[in-house]
Amino acid sequence: MHNIGVIIKKQLKDTLKNKTVLIQFVMFPVLTLIFENAINIPDMPELFFTKLFSVMYMGMAPLVAVASVIAEEKEKNTLRVLTMANVKAWEYLAGIGIYVWTICMAGAGVMATTLSSGDIPFYLGVMAAGFIISIAIGACIGIIASNQMAATSLSLPVMLIFSFMPMLAMFNDKIEKIAGIFYTQQIRELLGNMTFDGIKTETMLVVAVNALLALSLFFAAFKRKGLE
Amino acid sequence: MIRSNGICKSFAGRRVLSGIDLDIKPGTIFGLLGPSGAGKTTLIKILTDQLAFDSGDVSVLGKDVRTLTGADKKQIGIMMDNHGVYERMSCIDNLRIFADIYQIDKSKAMTTLTQVGLGDSAKKPAMKLSKGMRARLQLARVLMISPKLLFLDEPTSGLDPMTMKYIHKLISDCKASGCTIFLTTHNMEEAAVLCDEVALLNEGKIVDRGAPEELCRRYNHQKTINIHLTSGEDIELPHCDESAAKIMSLMSQGRIETIHSSEPTLESVFLELTGRRLESDEEVRYA
Repeated sequence: MHNIGVIIKKQLKDTLKNKTVLIQFVMFPVLTLIFENAINIPDMPELFFTKLFSVMYMGMAPLVAVASVIAEEKEKNTLRVLTMANVKAWEYLAGIGIYVWTICMAGAGVMATTLSSGDIPFYLGVMAAGFIISIAIGACIGIIASNQMAATSLSLPVMLIFSFMPMLAMFNDKIEKIAGIFYTQQIRELLGNMTFDGIKTETMLVVAVNALLALSLFFAAFKRKGLE
Repeated sequence: MIRSNGICKSFAGRRVLSGIDLDIKPGTIFGLLGPSGAGKTTLIKILTDQLAFDSGDVSVLGKDVRTLTGADKKQIGIMMDNHGVYERMSCIDNLRIFADIYQIDKSKAMTTLTQVGLGDSAKKPAMKLSKGMRARLQLARVLMISPKLLFLDEPTSGLDPMTMKYIHKLISDCKASGCTIFLTTHNMEEAAVLCDEVALLNEGKIVDRGAPEELCRRYNHQKTINIHLTSGEDIELPHCDESAAKIMSLMSQGRIETIHSSEPTLESVFLELTGRRLESDEEVRYA
């Protein structure tokens, strides 16, 4: 537990100076506040930008941040130094995962200020689950990629699919059907209803399968490559 | 402190280390000399449990290296030549992370930075350090934990002579405090200055070992006498009785301007033993 705490502290210090990662955490919460307060189009669905940006935030920030942090540490050989200082691989990954999840939840907390107080627990609960899936996918990419360049090349298409499919699904029925297999689309629908009542079994199933797949991929990648 | 018996290691069928035997006494500096690709880094990785070996036995700090506990590893400092630092973080933060991990007093971070001459750069981001300063920061990271055993992989590779001397002093100070040091280098001067014992590694095998002076003495037949004559001519004589007579004759004729002997160095010993130079991979014919 001690080493996990050290990794979280280290990451916090580093992120404040790492603009690439910092912007991922800050961009969507700030955009949400600006858009919700500045744009008011008649007949626009309620909290349109909050719901849309929340899903994009979920599919983008944790995934890119985790992949980029792990790949950078591998590339610069600082990860090797940590493991030789007796930091276990699982402690490192847990530290990074907890750190990114917490920061993303803080971002979601900012976005939640646009919601009514009754909706906030549901919103944060759904976002929390989505962040975990994205973190697992990001960690998987970070483990597979040998450097930051490779991590960017791998995370970009994955991130675009998970973040943009739910948005495109709003304009095209065929895309909506395809997007239905992704957790981000199901979470967008959950955020649309903003209630625990009437959650479809299909939604729960798709999110669970996505989570299971992401975790399986992560464990398979870790078993095969470790943190080398 | 370190003992190994017949370590062998292959990568994809290619033998990288063959039957490496070591017995390194506590409080000494052991130097492993060899050109690039000789297997030095592989051996360090095996001795520090970063890499599994195919056969043989390795004991470090009196235990099988594979059974070292976290507490044992906290007594071992490892500085590999490719190890990075956190670029965006300051020097002091780079050390504080590890002070935290090793659970040592955080004030030690500043003390160690000062010790390696980086006290004034404590708040400077690591990315703004020169290569020499970065090497000192890396060394500070391992010195901070006051290790019992220190592995240094090419610690002065590519550094300017001033920084090199500074690092040599830090290594000597570390030895004086009772630390055992395992050093790899292809710089024979460094080995001669620092090491109590050296082993010459070539193509995965130790070709000879001993104290640097002892090794040079052992290959003393290389010793030559170089004479610069008043006529401008240079002659080189072997170290033997016949040469003495010739020198006497030249001296009596007043034909000698300068005279000096040329003792074998670790470089020339290595060259004689392997036909290779330490500082390059190039094969050379030993004449």
